[in-house]
Amino acid sequence: MISTILIIGAGQAGAQAVDTLRREGFTGRLILIGDEPELPYQRPPLSKKYLSGEMAADRLPFRHRSFYDEHRVELKLGQPAVRLDAAARVIELKDGETLTYDRLLLCLGAASRQLTCPGASLAGVHSLRGVADVPPIQAGFKPQARVVIIGGGYIGLETAATCRKMGCEVTVLEMADRIMNRVVASPVSQYFAEEHRAHGVNILCDMRVVRLEGERRVERVVCADGSSHAADLVIVGVGAIATTELASKAGLTCDNGIVVDEYCRTSDAAIYAAGDCTNHPSLRFGRRVRLESVDNAFEQAKTAAINLLGRPVTHDRVPWFWSDQYDNKLLIVGLSQDYDRQVLRGDPASRSFSVCYLKGQELLAVEAINHSKDYMAARKLIADRTPLDLDKLANNELGLKEAI
Amino acid sequence: MPKIVFIEPGGARREIDAPVGITLMEVARQHGVRGIVAQCGGACACATCHVYIDPAWSAKLEPREDMEEGMLETAWEPKQNSRLSCQVHVTAELDGMQVTVPRQQRET
Repeated sequence: MISTILIIGAGQAGAQAVDTLRREGFTGRLILIGDEPELPYQRPPLSKKYLSGEMAADRLPFRHRSFYDEHRVELKLGQPAVRLDAAARVIELKDGETLTYDRLLLCLGAASRQLTCPGASLAGVHSLRGVADVPPIQAGFKPQARVVIIGGGYIGLETAATCRKMGCEVTVLEMADRIMNRVVASPVSQYFAEEHRAHGVNILCDMRVVRLEGERRVERVVCADGSSHAADLVIVGVGAIATTELASKAGLTCDNGIVVDEYCRTSDAAIYAAGDCTNHPSLRFGRRVRLESVDNAFEQAKTAAINLLGRPVTHDRVPWFWSDQYDNKLLIVGLSQDYDRQVLRGDPASRSFSVCYLKGQELLAVEAINHSKDYMAARKLIADRTPLDLDKLANNELGLKEAI
Repeated sequence: MPKIVFIEPGGARREIDAPVGITLMEVARQHGVRGIVAQCGGACACATCHVYIDPAWSAKLEPREDMEEGMLETAWEPKQNSRLSCQVHVTAELDGMQVTVPRQQRET
């Protein structure tokens, strides 16, 4: 009999699991534990409208507090779990409280990767992951303040766009030869680099940061090529690492994330995991993946919750991602690895186009820039493995959904 | 504060005080209205906050933009009065508006 379910991690996945457990009829004790003191909240606005001040703090939480009260969810917020004893099924919180469980769901998320070079801990150097990271960055938003962003990925570029909007001088230092190189095709990188440059952002690629310098706080960022970039504020966006310490110390199998199966089960029969912290099988793509996305956190948590209630269901979704930069919306669906052909649909100069990745006639992934129709069509075509007609695909007069 | 009436899948009626300026999706999500998934949180990126607006109110709404049109095209059972609730902001004029949540949000 499952009378107590404990969830550690009150982000997107944890909040969703609570919701699904109650809606699917779990009536036992339900406890949600979170590191941060805030009610479970959305992270995507942190680099965009929340950072710019357009979105008030009371719009960040998913649900009002009354929702948790009505659904009898015990919130233990601002109370990190510090120890897991899997054999005894006990969790210890930072303040010493211990809680026992019948089933445990780990939604530990991921943490910002930190720079390790000299000067990385100088004042004025920030990363952006949680709501508490925002005010120190906002304090640096003064007209003409020089912001150097290390890393030209989603977080770095979204933040660059916001800093520009706030009147700062912005330089982005990217280590690879193009921005977002790990997540998009070359024409998409090029399009976004041009957008940023048109908005006055100085985008510099092939830039390996070797040290940060300054007297009391950061004053400049120095790269391997000897270049030096004056900075009043540095924002580091160089990826994230799955949070696994609690799990690995408890003896759960971890390997670039907490290893789970398609039912979200860890190596301990009473413990499940979901979201950014998991290394899980993608049934559609036939390999293990670790995804950092709202969609995966949401869907995997939902699946985990149903499995926790003893109803076996597999996590089998086509992942998707999005990014907003200026007035551009980038939508990505699928996983592009192992493709043998890339097809550009539409003209980037029109500001609406897409890039399709295929293996034979099978669509693996689509990157859609201001093109919701191709994106929505792709979701279905990828999930269904519908063979595409390559001639029709190359015909820009036809929609993607007609290319079959 | 304007009141918005949500009809949940299954027919339950939820009358909710909605602050002016936020979106219908946010009102629904904060109060846990059933059937509003709203995965992307209002970025017009997921089409999981699809609703039907009482046609009597359609003239009082901001029109759909291209992104929303494209998203709705493949939503589950779109109709003339379909909207993504994340794209509709609450105004004083919308007091009493009835918003019906579809039985499901999407096929895939």
